[in-house]
Amino acid sequence: MKWQRWAIPASGLPVVAFLAWGLTRDPHTIPSPLPGKPAPGFALQTLAGDSLRLSDLKGQVVLVNFWASWCLACRAEHPVLIEAAKRYRDQGLRVVGVAYQDSRDDARAWIAERGGDWPIVLDVGSHTAINYGLFGVPETFFIGRDGRILYKQIGPLDKEVIDRWVPKLLAAAPGTAGVSGTGAPADTFAEGRSAGHVRVSPEFPTTGGTVRPK
Amino acid sequence: MNGVVGHAATLSALLLAAFGAVAAYLGGLRRDARYVTAAQRAGVGVFALVALAFATMERALITHDFSVSYVAQVGSRATPLFYTVISLWSALEGSILLWALILSVYTALLALWSRRHNAPGAGVDPYLPYALGTLLCVNIFFLLLISWPANPFRPMSPIPPDGPGPNALLQNSPFMGVHPPLLYTGYVGMSVPFALATGALLAGRLNPDWPKLIRRWTLVPWTFLSLGIVAGAWWSYEVLGWGGYWAWDPVENASFMPWLTATAFLHSVMVQERRGMLKTWTITLIVSTFLLTVLGTFLTRSGVLASVHAFTQSPIGPFFLTFLGLVLLGSLTLLAWRSDALSSEGRFDAALSRESAFMVNNLLFAAFAFVVLLGTMFPLIAEAARGVKVSVGGPYFNQMSVPVALMLVFLAGVGPALPWRKGSLELIRGKFRWPTIVALAVGAALAAAGVRAPLAWLTFVLAVFSAGLLVIEFAGPTSARHRTTGESWVVALWRVCASNRRRYGGYVVHAGILVLAVGVASSATFRREREWTLTRGAVEQLGRYQVRLDSVWAVHEPNRDGVIAATTVSVGGRVLARLNPRLNYYKSAMEPIGTPAVRESLREDVYLVLLAYTADGTHATIKAIASPLVAWIWLGGGIVGLGALFALWPSAGGAPRRDPMPELGRPRSRPVSEARV
Repeated sequence: MKWQRWAIPASGLPVVAFLAWGLTRDPHTIPSPLPGKPAPGFALQTLAGDSLRLSDLKGQVVLVNFWASWCLACRAEHPVLIEAAKRYRDQGLRVVGVAYQDSRDDARAWIAERGGDWPIVLDVGSHTAINYGLFGVPETFFIGRDGRILYKQIGPLDKEVIDRWVPKLLAAAPGTAGVSGTGAPADTFAEGRSAGHVRVSPEFPTTGGTVRPK
Repeated sequence: MNGVVGHAATLSALLLAAFGAVAAYLGGLRRDARYVTAAQRAGVGVFALVALAFATMERALITHDFSVSYVAQVGSRATPLFYTVISLWSALEGSILLWALILSVYTALLALWSRRHNAPGAGVDPYLPYALGTLLCVNIFFLLLISWPANPFRPMSPIPPDGPGPNALLQNSPFMGVHPPLLYTGYVGMSVPFALATGALLAGRLNPDWPKLIRRWTLVPWTFLSLGIVAGAWWSYEVLGWGGYWAWDPVENASFMPWLTATAFLHSVMVQERRGMLKTWTITLIVSTFLLTVLGTFLTRSGVLASVHAFTQSPIGPFFLTFLGLVLLGSLTLLAWRSDALSSEGRFDAALSRESAFMVNNLLFAAFAFVVLLGTMFPLIAEAARGVKVSVGGPYFNQMSVPVALMLVFLAGVGPALPWRKGSLELIRGKFRWPTIVALAVGAALAAAGVRAPLAWLTFVLAVFSAGLLVIEFAGPTSARHRTTGESWVVALWRVCASNRRRYGGYVVHAGILVLAVGVASSATFRREREWTLTRGAVEQLGRYQVRLDSVWAVHEPNRDGVIAATTVSVGGRVLARLNPRLNYYKSAMEPIGTPAVRESLREDVYLVLLAYTADGTHATIKAIASPLVAWIWLGGGIVGLGALFALWPSAGGAPRRDPMPELGRPRSRPVSEARV
């Protein structure tokens, strides 16, 4: 009888242990099967009218940046991207912008206003976004020289993220399957600041909606 | 200066609370009134110091003293005064300061009140000092938080010239001035019944007046919590722009779960009071209520679960977990230790009685709370068990909760109609006849009018049935009084209600819940939604409403810029309302925040949201929602509040008066206790 009585308070211990484990988790992490996998290829028309294939860039370090002219967070992110493109250009970093759910004129005007000299392709029909499992804009995929995705940033990029990942990618020798110490895919996944991230299908709309062109 | 004063005040409050807790427990142990008096004074002193800290923070916010870290975090010179004042609870540290303030108010009230109860000369009854000590321990925890890991008074260096302003969603609606204080007053107030329960367990016995006492100390926070939840739903409806009011978000659930267990408690404590039964269960409920408030705060404030309400990842998680662990293990140990003192005196006499209605009610509320808890925790459980990320959405909660809610709607009328101990079938047949006939007639009329949604139909029919039973509870004694005294119907009704505030206030609360249930069922089932891109001057149709876009223009305000779509809503050519949904651009928000425009009426709301516009102002994309009876939810919440206030209002003359007329079928031998419920 005596010990049975104390079984009740003892049953609280696993609950506390479980919650303590919960503290170590980040609920904002969004799982994706993509890290470590080859980046899905695409062949799309640039704003200038040329054709661009991702496979043409094989052997180089590429940032594939999904954005849209109607996305406010992308405005905040843009200067970071310009700075990164400038700083790492000589070391071989290539940036490709993918305009998501956008019109050619809007995207062109946006770039003309804000700068950026990297190629922008128009994802007509959003097929590329679907292949990349896009959750919203902005989202940026860090692709190594071997064509594999090493890291995915959900939400706007910041300088810290760029400086953490780009030098590692650039330092890796061509043909190696990633950078040592950074390959563990699930752990390297983190969402950026969710504040600026425009989800494609919000589960819980927190605002009156996104300013869309149509 | 403000920072130093504020921090010094919180630190002194912490020390004083610690001193008071020790004095209270010693006073209880030694039955020494001097210690108890010291603890009571400390309780009042803690309130004074926390109030000073709170006032200092308000002063720092209003005077834009950016040397205080919290002001630098949420303040801005451009924010209007009203929003500056309420920005105190717009982020983590400030909201804990508000929590500490409300907690200290309750502590001071309990201290002053227990002073009257431990009159000099009379021996010290240890259970009140123990309760005060426990409440002071809860104070210690929150004061520790604002003294250290969530200190809002940290000095800033260098001092910024201006700040970002509060969270944009907070700045967007005056509801933010109402909803958090109401909710916190309810949420935090659940500490008092917990402290009283712990005090009773520590003292090892339940005084005869314990149920009445703890019921009153629970009904106050329960009322605030109910109003806070409804105000939160209203805020969500008026601000978030999705036309809904409840999304089963973890923070909403965190406020709802303690409400469910507290409601169960308020019912089971009546069984305890009347029949001396369900003591362990009742104490378990009130301890669970407090635990759920701490758990809810932990889950949503420490970054364990994702939520729209979650503040940024904060370091207070481990502190909350430690506190939660201490409370959980401590109260379970107390319950196990003292379970012998809580044996039942009464027994169930019949299946058909008010006791059994209360039992079913309690099972339903407990099941409801468990369902919500499971759904809230499931993402964490799934990750622990299978390593997968899942999110539990509305479908789970709706499917699980609608049947329980329907049964509760049914019981809201049936419970009050059943007599204590044993009901006779004859009595029940007599009472149930007319409500059944009316409910079935309404059901047939609804079906004939084309209502094809079975759950909504059932809600309406059950609500009418229960409302009919409640009307009989009022009408029976009123008509008897009218006949015997010759008073007018209105006077007779008032006298009947005033003769037993607890009972009739409770029935008014039930009626409010019925109104609320009808509003939820109707607005959830019959809501219509359309989305159009309108050219200026164009008209679109939503049901019987024509919506015309008149113009689109921009406004500049000190703290935000806005774009407004002016629309005219008319019915059959008659103008019903001019609605101006808008999008607001705040410095602190990346995305625009919408302000929907709502034309509210008891029959149906028309709700417009501006989704997008063209820069030249020729086009606007507008979402239009028509929700029938949605205003009944707010109305029902108001009725609940009024009923609870009526029940709490002290009767004239102090002691509860007796029923003038014994009710049909009730044993006349126990009139005194009859008068209580």
